[in-house]
Amino acid sequence: MGREVSESCIDSLLTEMVSSYCNRFYSNTPELAARRIEAIGYQVGHQLSERYTMERPRFTDHLEAIKFICKDFWSELFKKQIDNLKTNHKGTFVLQDNKFRWLSRMSGDPSVENGTQDPESKAAQAMSMYLYFPCGIIRGALSNLGIPCAVSADISSLPACSFVIRIKV
Amino acid sequence: MAPVAPRSGDAIFASVEHVNAELFTLTYGAIVRQLLTDLEEVEEVNKQLDQMGYNIGVRLIDEFLAKSNVSRCVDFKETADVIAKVGFKMFLGVGASVTNWDADGTCCSIVLEDNPLVDFVELPDTCQGLYYCNILSGVVRGALEMVSMKTEVTWVRDMLRGDDAFELQVKLLKQVPEEYPYKDDE
Repeated sequence: MGREVSESCIDSLLTEMVSSYCNRFYSNTPELAARRIEAIGYQVGHQLSERYTMERPRFTDHLEAIKFICKDFWSELFKKQIDNLKTNHKGTFVLQDNKFRWLSRMSGDPSVENGTQDPESKAAQAMSMYLYFPCGIIRGALSNLGIPCAVSADISSLPACSFVIRIKV
Repeated sequence: MAPVAPRSGDAIFASVEHVNAELFTLTYGAIVRQLLTDLEEVEEVNKQLDQMGYNIGVRLIDEFLAKSNVSRCVDFKETADVIAKVGFKMFLGVGASVTNWDADGTCCSIVLEDNPLVDFVELPDTCQGLYYCNILSGVVRGALEMVSMKTEVTWVRDMLRGDDAFELQVKLLKQVPEEYPYKDDE
């Protein structure tokens, strides 16, 4: 078994990374903060997928690569697989994790609730910022496998989280 | 209420949820790289990493106190020992040692021989002034501030700069007496 650290390490690091980008570096330009957070995820996904596919034969089609993300890749990161995979067979894939770990452990930032804005929407905003990171990871991982795509997240049925992958043709 | 015995760093680390260290290490690396791109100045990156660490330390101290059952340390010596043996171990899974005490017991070094943050890391020449692990010094400073100790934390040795270990000098500047948090007439 590989080396491990406490889960609090990654949770604290991600929370702080998102808050630094959203509240300090790009506090007035959330779209830039989002792009940076996604870029950090992209780098991580790219490197991890390189490592996890080193000793594998090449994937012959998109579905096979996506299945690798759902099973092996997801298990390395979250110790569970994606629960449900759907596709329209036209290059769109929906990967649903019924209990996405990074959301179930995310605690609300108390400073958020002191604002004048509706705390619900602020919390939702913070969560959507946070999700740019796993979206970046998936995009980076697939890009390393030669599959350019766009990835977005849908959290309309929390704690489930769906990642929508649109492969560019 | 009967006092609860403090737990060892190993025991706590064994009982918490774990994640793949690769994910943690690569995420930290990607953050540092992105900061270098966005902030341009290495000095500014050092500062921001320290600030991020400080913010993390301020929050992490609660988890540390809750899981370790550590009661009030009698002096700074005991505090340093607890950070090295319990703190580092329960989060990063690696133990550290404490050395180089000054005569009045207010300054010491925490030495890490193994550091998961730097697995697979090599600094390019353009980043020579970078304190890659500056987030750790921030964490220690932030956590100690929450237990009323103002400290200055600096790197003395850094394996990414060719040294044989990571050495973090922790200097106690001021021990703030704990106050009742509210003032009556304000």
